[in-house]
Amino acid sequence: MTAPHAIRVENLGKQFAGVTAVDDVSFSVAPGELFGLIGPDGAGKTTTVRMLASIMDPTAGDAWVTGRHTVREAEKVKEDISYMSQRFGLYPDLTVQENIDFYADIYGIGKKERRERIDRLLAFSNLTPFRQRLAGKLSGGMKQKLGLACALIHTPAVLFLDEPTNGVDPVSRRDFWRILHQLLEEGVTIFVTTAYLDEADRCHRVGLIDKGRLLACDTPANLRKLMKSNILEIITTDSRKAVALLREKLTGESISLFGARIHVTTATPEPTASRISSLLREEGISLQSMREVEPNLEDVFVSVLSEERR
Amino acid sequence: MKIHRIRAVARKEFLHVIRDPRSLGMGIAIPLLLLFLFGYALTLDVDRVSLIVWDQDNTPTSRDFLSRFTGSRYFSLHAPATNYRDIEHAIDTRNALVAIVIPHDFTGRLDSGRDAPVQVLVDGTDSNTATIALGYAEAVAGEWSRSVVLKQALRGGERPLPQLVDLRPRIWYNSDMASKNYIFPGLIAVIMMVITALLTSLTVAREWETGTMEQLISTPLQGPEIIIGKLVPYFVIGLLDLLLSVLVGRFLFDVPLRGSLWLLTGLSVIFLISALSIGMLISIVTKSQLLASQLALVATMLPSFLLSGFMFPIENMPPPLQVMTHIISARYLVIILRGIYLKDVGLDVLYGEAAVLTLFGGVVITLAILKFRKKIT
Repeated sequence: MTAPHAIRVENLGKQFAGVTAVDDVSFSVAPGELFGLIGPDGAGKTTTVRMLASIMDPTAGDAWVTGRHTVREAEKVKEDISYMSQRFGLYPDLTVQENIDFYADIYGIGKKERRERIDRLLAFSNLTPFRQRLAGKLSGGMKQKLGLACALIHTPAVLFLDEPTNGVDPVSRRDFWRILHQLLEEGVTIFVTTAYLDEADRCHRVGLIDKGRLLACDTPANLRKLMKSNILEIITTDSRKAVALLREKLTGESISLFGARIHVTTATPEPTASRISSLLREEGISLQSMREVEPNLEDVFVSVLSEERR
Repeated sequence: MKIHRIRAVARKEFLHVIRDPRSLGMGIAIPLLLLFLFGYALTLDVDRVSLIVWDQDNTPTSRDFLSRFTGSRYFSLHAPATNYRDIEHAIDTRNALVAIVIPHDFTGRLDSGRDAPVQVLVDGTDSNTATIALGYAEAVAGEWSRSVVLKQALRGGERPLPQLVDLRPRIWYNSDMASKNYIFPGLIAVIMMVITALLTSLTVAREWETGTMEQLISTPLQGPEIIIGKLVPYFVIGLLDLLLSVLVGRFLFDVPLRGSLWLLTGLSVIFLISALSIGMLISIVTKSQLLASQLALVATMLPSFLLSGFMFPIENMPPPLQVMTHIISARYLVIILRGIYLKDVGLDVLYGEAAVLTLFGGVVITLAILKFRKKIT
């Protein structure tokens, strides 16, 4: 790769009939990096990744992928990249083998090379036993792996994945990320979007996006340092009721729920902790534990979001 | 454009067709259905017109006159009548189309050298058939009158009067004037137009709807490669339909193919490309299967049935409609097919139609390629 950046984005924006989907976004991704664009549904992730894959034109700004402009040199970009859309983009009426063959045909991969590569891709995605199965009859996780296999048939320089693990079971998700990390060893740059915040820690660098705006962009560790506040993790017998109560009474702090754990973000941990204990006692909710914890990325995200929205 | 990519798209598209019985059924079964429906059920020929007669005279002469009707293949006797109520009933119930009433003084008037009026009643509900039946009746009566005049002249030892004009008609190309010979070649054009446009109208729209197009446009595949690759399997289906039609015409309906099969195939291929491209263009513009298939039906089925001259002669249409028929590509193929099928004419006669079809196909496929964008909007 000759370009200093695998992806460079400058003031990128997209408007749909007056609605701003992506607003003045700038960042860059180094070659060989695994970059995650993270945000809630409707944040502008898909629009961003489509513009980078050169299948959608921005209404403002510029982007370069492997040093090529995504609008002026769109077709050149498409030779260097692979893109996996959020919806399953393969043919359900074709078998696993036929789908892969189709993509191998598009990229003009020779017979000998093709067999080796397909065998390898199927093996590492555990799809070998399903070669003759119609793609439409695969499970969600297998479909994603087939999509990945098709995307990798031509060893792209940059791989764009739009919510690849959305709706996939946790085991398949872990498998999928394991495959992505193997790919990194081959020097592929990976750009992935996800709404699962727990996946952010698997990325080298992360961009937090909401309402079309990039709120923060750094390594997961540095993003944690962004947290100026502390986190109190509370476990109670009735977390739903407790969250409702705390949200009502503690207006200065942001409260979020992760499974059974309640995270309260606060600048003043000690007084807040005693306030919480008394509030819960008054309502008869028994407190099982309360301690200060390291913020996870979700806390960071919630905190950045609430600052932005304030 | 790279041939290996066109081949890749074509191969994939073939698999879709094979795996989807609907599209295959639509491509083969519907043309067969149309061929049989039109071949067997639809005929514009008027023969064996059902006849009711009331012979008030009932003499050898009147019976001889009537036998000329019942003996011809154009009329068949439904029943004799004995009063007008019978006749009215027969016509009302559509048991008879024509009634002939011979007055009681028929033979007497003839023998005394006077005119003998004979009443002919025709059910005019179906004006076309009525006109033709009336024409038959006039011809039969005229023929019989001449033979009577001739006999009387000979009996009287006179020289028979010469007829002033002796019409000697000879029908070329379709000597039996069988309407199937007229309809069938045109039917091939209609089938190819409707089926192929309908099939291709779904392909691009389907890929946009299911999301596979998003994946496809992120690859180096070029627009023309996608479009041409997608046309290939439907082109093959179209050729199959052509072959099927020619075979059915030859062996089932005895429609003579007098001209060159190669010329017929060659010009049909050009037409096929334009018909396929129309469906493709519709699919590209609408991006919706439902809308595309409905639009394809309206844009191809109606005009090719009504305005191509396949059943309704263009010369009989009002002038504005006649002008409109020039943009219906099926119109040109109908002329070409009839020319090759019945008249054995070659490119020296059909070059104009061939040129228009080529131009038409070129314009439509170019439009389709220009309208196809490798972008999500």
